[in-house]
Amino acid sequence: MNGKNIVSDGMSAPRKKNRIPVLAMAGPVSVWMVLFVALPMLYVIYISFMSRGVFGDVVYEFSLESYQTILDPTYFKVVLKSLKAAGITTVACLLFGYPLAYIIARKPKETAAKLVTLIMIPFWTNSLMRLNSWLLLFQTSGPVNNFLTGHGLVREPITFVYTDGLVMLGLITNMLPFAVLPLYSTIEKLEKSLLEASADLGADAVTTFTRITLPITFPGIFSAIILVFIPSLGIYTVTDMLGGGKVLYIGNIIKNQFGSIRNWPLGAALSVLLILVTMLLIFIYTRFAKIDDMEVV
Amino acid sequence: MKESRIAKKKRRWNRLCNGYVFLIYAVLYLPVAVMMIFSFNDQRYNYYWNGFTTQWYAKLFSNSSLVGSLVYSLLIAVLSTLLSVFIGTIGALGLKRYEFKMKKYINNLLYIPIIVPEIVMAVALLIIFMKIGVALGLGTILIGHCTFCIPYAVVTIKGRISGDNETLEEASMDLGADRVQTFLRVTLPNIFPGVMSAAFLAFTLSFDDVVMSNMLAGAKQSTLPVLILSMSRTGVTPDVNALTTIMILVIVAAMILNNMILKAFHRGTKK
Repeated sequence: MNGKNIVSDGMSAPRKKNRIPVLAMAGPVSVWMVLFVALPMLYVIYISFMSRGVFGDVVYEFSLESYQTILDPTYFKVVLKSLKAAGITTVACLLFGYPLAYIIARKPKETAAKLVTLIMIPFWTNSLMRLNSWLLLFQTSGPVNNFLTGHGLVREPITFVYTDGLVMLGLITNMLPFAVLPLYSTIEKLEKSLLEASADLGADAVTTFTRITLPITFPGIFSAIILVFIPSLGIYTVTDMLGGGKVLYIGNIIKNQFGSIRNWPLGAALSVLLILVTMLLIFIYTRFAKIDDMEVV
Repeated sequence: MKESRIAKKKRRWNRLCNGYVFLIYAVLYLPVAVMMIFSFNDQRYNYYWNGFTTQWYAKLFSNSSLVGSLVYSLLIAVLSTLLSVFIGTIGALGLKRYEFKMKKYINNLLYIPIIVPEIVMAVALLIIFMKIGVALGLGTILIGHCTFCIPYAVVTIKGRISGDNETLEEASMDLGADRVQTFLRVTLPNIFPGVMSAAFLAFTLSFDDVVMSNMLAGAKQSTLPVLILSMSRTGVTPDVNALTTIMILVIVAAMILNNMILKAFHRGTKK
């Protein structure tokens, strides 16, 4: 479908000769992206404006029913709760991640490279098993509670399992590297001479940080916000593992619409909501920096 | 005297910084350590520590649903790595080298699976598959995985393509090599490190994926992460801990090997 476009755009003869390698090389990726990204995304938006039939089928008539349902307090509470959780995760990752990235960036190059690799290694362990470890540690009869009761710090074991607090711990520890990596790569590029100049001109450490370091590393901060906030907003595995079905975020609600509850238009509308939040953040980001600068890998 | 006080202060500050780094790393490594320790737990379900045993390592291969899901996950990861690295490699070259009408749109589309929450992509694909009437299974999971692996592969490999390659390619063509020969003998060796990182990334992304696999799998066979997720309500059994312990050791070993190959490769190209 894409190829047709290219050939039929009335190119002159010598350029037409060059179309074959373009088709062979950029063709597959283009077709894949159109078929499995553009088309499904448009279809999700379309379905979100349909309504749910009595048996959980999709009724193909225009309706804003699903969007009204999102505004219903039961669902809207979940939306707000997810936004809050993603917000707290992002702030926590920045607060813990920025000093870490800064310290690593100031180390000699070899040490810094090793430290960055060391951050990634735990993330090659299955993420669900790492979450399960938090569950094991914080169980009612687990090591943390044994320690607390054993030392007489608390009389009764504390219920950590399936609480919002444990979900937050899981989210923050899961997302931290995604904040550290973009922060590290912008702080690393920061010229030391600028900081020295600022100090020579009489600025104290705080002024230098707020007036020089922070503005220069802002693109890294914004990349970190995007890479932490957006995935945290859509995640359902952390809530499934550590929340045990008691803690629900948007991701869980979307997933449920395609499982037992069977309300595709509502699931689609919630997906559209996530797309809109994503687009809003990306729009703000592109005001400040080029999207190609974003550290995604 | 004053000098040494500054030095002392600086040393104390450095120690504080190192302590901070150590603390964060301890928190990141703690779950991995706990996972490994509980693989030696002498209990059918991991509720509390009940004593040391190595039986789970010995019994690992007698749990057929666990082995089945591992094999299925490996199969999917290998297939989606091969497919996405192939499409990603030629795609990265095509998008970097040539100008065409839709290029801008394709470049933007590539960012969608990277940025948009995975559940949205999974739902979008699921609805399309249901609409067309495709049976869920290996094929649909593969499409789902490739849809997020291809963009990562393209971005990773695109970063490795430089202008010098083009000059070398022209030289190769001038010397009588055809396009395929030039690609295999000149272009590919040049971008090989990028292709390797893309393959590593695609494999780990696919192997660890839960969301796509969960939404797009049929009822018959689940991947290892999906199996773990379904186990979480009743408690993940220690043999899964044993399996994932072996896996992380293999991955770290593979990574070290990969680094060694890349280093040897760099030394080779410098000569």
